[in-house]
Amino acid sequence: MSHDWYSDFVNSGIGKTIAGNLGLPPVPVLRRWEPGQPLLSGAALLGTATANGRVAKVVRAVLSDAGVEVHEDPQAPIGGGSSTSKVAAAVVDATGLSSPSDLAAIQGFLTPVMRRVGSSGRILVIGDVPAEADRPAVRAARRALEGLVRSAAKEARYGATVNLVHVADGAENDLESTLRFFLSSRSAFVDGQRLDVGTVPGYAGSSAGTDWDRPIAGKVAVVTGAARGIGRTVATTLARDGATVVCVDVPSAGDALARTANDVGGTALQLDITGEGAGEAILSHAQRHGGIDIVVHNAGITRDKLLANQDTDRWNSVIDVNLNSQLAINDILIGSPDDTGFHRGGRIVTVSSMAGIAGNRGQTSYAASKAGVIGLVDATAPLLAPKDATINAVAPGFIETAMTAAMPVGTREAGRRLSSLTQGGLPVDVAETIAYFAQGASYAVNGQVLRVDGQNLLGA
Amino acid sequence: MASPRRAAVVGANRIPFARSNGAYARASNSDMLTAALDGLVARFGLADERVGEVVAGAVLKHSRDFNLTREAVLASRLSPWTPTYDVQQACGTGLEAAVLIANKIALGQVESGIAGGVDTTSDAPIAVNEDLREVLLAANRAKSTAGVVKALAGLRPGQIVPEIPANREPGTGMSMGEHTAITAAHWAISRTAQDELTALSHQNLAKAYDAGFFDDLMTPYLGLTKDNNLRADSSVEKLGKLKPVFFPAGADKAEATMTAGNSTPLTDGAATVLLASDEWAAERGLPVLAHVVDAETAAVDYVHGDEGLLMAPAYAVPRMLERNGLTLQDFDFYEIHEAFASTVLATLAAWESPQFCKERLGLDAPLGSIDRGKLNVHGSSLAAGHPFAATGARIVPTLAKILHENGGGRGLISICAAGGQGVVAILEA
Ligand SMILES: NC(=O)c1ccc[n+]([C@@H]2O[C@H](COP(=O)([O-])OP(=O)(O)OC[C@H]3O[C@@H](n4cnc5c(N)ncnc54)[C@H](O)[C@@H]3O)[C@@H](O)[C@H]2O)c1
Repeated sequence: MSHDWYSDFVNSGIGKTIAGNLGLPPVPVLRRWEPGQPLLSGAALLGTATANGRVAKVVRAVLSDAGVEVHEDPQAPIGGGSSTSKVAAAVVDATGLSSPSDLAAIQGFLTPVMRRVGSSGRILVIGDVPAEADRPAVRAARRALEGLVRSAAKEARYGATVNLVHVADGAENDLESTLRFFLSSRSAFVDGQRLDVGTVPGYAGSSAGTDWDRPIAGKVAVVTGAARGIGRTVATTLARDGATVVCVDVPSAGDALARTANDVGGTALQLDITGEGAGEAILSHAQRHGGIDIVVHNAGITRDKLLANQDTDRWNSVIDVNLNSQLAINDILIGSPDDTGFHRGGRIVTVSSMAGIAGNRGQTSYAASKAGVIGLVDATAPLLAPKDATINAVAPGFIETAMTAAMPVGTREAGRRLSSLTQGGLPVDVAETIAYFAQGASYAVNGQVLRVDGQNLLGA
Repeated sequence: MASPRRAAVVGANRIPFARSNGAYARASNSDMLTAALDGLVARFGLADERVGEVVAGAVLKHSRDFNLTREAVLASRLSPWTPTYDVQQACGTGLEAAVLIANKIALGQVESGIAGGVDTTSDAPIAVNEDLREVLLAANRAKSTAGVVKALAGLRPGQIVPEIPANREPGTGMSMGEHTAITAAHWAISRTAQDELTALSHQNLAKAYDAGFFDDLMTPYLGLTKDNNLRADSSVEKLGKLKPVFFPAGADKAEATMTAGNSTPLTDGAATVLLASDEWAAERGLPVLAHVVDAETAAVDYVHGDEGLLMAPAYAVPRMLERNGLTLQDFDFYEIHEAFASTVLATLAAWESPQFCKERLGLDAPLGSIDRGKLNVHGSSLAAGHPFAATGARIVPTLAKILHENGGGRGLISICAAGGQGVVAILEA
């Protein structure tokens, strides 16, 4: 991993002064999650846009359950402080909008909030699903939230994030894991994004009784590409959250894979996921753990070439590893018995990429595969619903790994700075998002693609 | 007494074997055994677990490694509360370690155990020669500085020449290759037959790699992902070009048949195998590849008894067959360790010989021949290499997996060892 010297510099005492004088962008140090950390480090403000809001009650319940002090007045003096003292988060119940004129209430609430949200603070706007509205005025108002949120995210400073959650009609009681994810420091590098809850019909599940420090305790997870990089951190994170992890990687990476498996107290499966029978091999290995609850399709390769210079073998190797292998393994999982195979209520999480959304010069094969992953998620989500299972994707932006350390300096620096959080993400940021999708409590989150990119300007 | 239960072979891990002074030149026995154990721990999720016992050994061992296996376990991810002991039975070490654990499992004394072996000929212990040793011991005994100086003053350059361990029998002063050359000549094992067996060993091992056979038996180490002695394109023609390196004492040099190709090279490596009771495996949802049915050891008097140094398995196998009411043909697979191609062929020839079977084994009829298509089907030591103590722990899981993939069957293991010894065993699935 290449060290972010710039970040170190602007965060040092003298560096801060110099950077300030020169107008260099500040690099906030993001708060990240560790077990036992409270949901928020301070109080929260809760705003409602209309009298018809459906989610304020649920938000209040979750916050008070997590021991968070909640105020409705955005200028409430908190903890003996003033009307401008810092808060850790602000949540807006923006459901029930009937026309764009209702947006002014949200503006009125958020304007004082923008200066009150502290470092690594959270602003979360929860709205209705635009596609569920037929009337143009309603749909326009709902859709407007996205522009508001994406712009507010670019304005927010000191590592504060602004995100939007769409909650389907009737899904207001299925929000807990999503609220906790976006409010906590687990979502440190997720900024300016939108996520839909309850949009794939026929889901079932419950978050009752979840231990939020170990939300996947007792689950069995399979992580491909676990020998190094993001996959290794995904394995560590899922194990931290309570899962037994089957770590998969190619036989030639077996020694690093064994280290991961031993570090997380899991097992190592040396397997080329593109090989025939890979899905069966994973299922058969997992028999020892009684089946599979979570599969993370993380293994991926790049074989970058300009399209003008591309050759079919390289092209195919990327499509095979990044896409075809996942399709084949998913088929086996979906066809396996509920009890000994891929369990009812299982979770599949796959790794797409910013390149799959925005495209990247020299990455036609990679971007094709990563865009294909999104199509895979769209089509698989309804297939999994009858199994009470879900499939979602993360789309990492610039993440500090061996892969990005190998980039030319200019590209690397641009990758880091051209985002609202002005830095690269860490593997753990991707892993936290995957871990959130993997929770049983995320039963209503299906078919989603969430960017973990600090609101990178590419393809935004 | 109820007949004891049979120990299960659950799985294994080894590191690729490396030719001497190559990829593992800087790795110690302890490093390699630890790496092999850690890969096994990862494969079976044994991190911080205590297995019943870990039994392993090395043939070439530094004196500081008196507790080699225990040190390796302490350095590994196994629970530090895991008891161990070292064994050493030359090239039979790995198999003997497996037999020892299997027996304890059979008796209910342990529920699980790991057998292993490791050897390095690159990081071999170098001893000082006997003269120097006496001088140093005298210096050590001296009570004053003057006494030490006096003792050391007697040193002459010739005394400082180190003694590097050689593959030499103390009883005869001959190397193992020289001994085997005599046996090969005695049984008239042809150069071609040896080269054919060797080429097949390489081809079979290469095929096994291509089929992914070792994906769950091996973990890469120090950049190696395959045994680096393996020559997938080995052929009788290529092997035929090599010059003989071992000559039968007293015979015509032109009759020599043993080359560097049809003899195993000096090799570094480590192997481990996980054994357990069926209950222990079932509790963890682990597969049972095969069971250990029986084992036997034998030794021959190669010094005065007119028998070849590596012929002990020829005696051990018939004793084990008789005890189990089996014939030599009652096996689906045979794993005969290829110390030298001629060793395998001489052993098979002995079992086919009415004279040997009558005079040496006291049998009315010869054991007969075996179906060569069932022999070392995924290659053996000529291709993989032979880190002495590790070989048994390589062969046991290889055969167990072959039997398992075959959907059942019986297999024979035969390993010859320095000192005129042999260890043999039967596995069933
Ligand atoms: N690093 C980033 O900035 C970034 C950005 C966007 C997306 N991603 C995606 O995240 C995932 C992990 O990326 P990383 O940076 O950790 O990469 P990495 O190269 O460090 O790790 C990928 C792992 O996958 C394994 N793998 C490759 N082919 C395999 C196969 N056929 N079978 C089994 N395992 C195989 C590799 O051996 C390796 O251990 C990839 O899907 C990548 O496309 C990474």
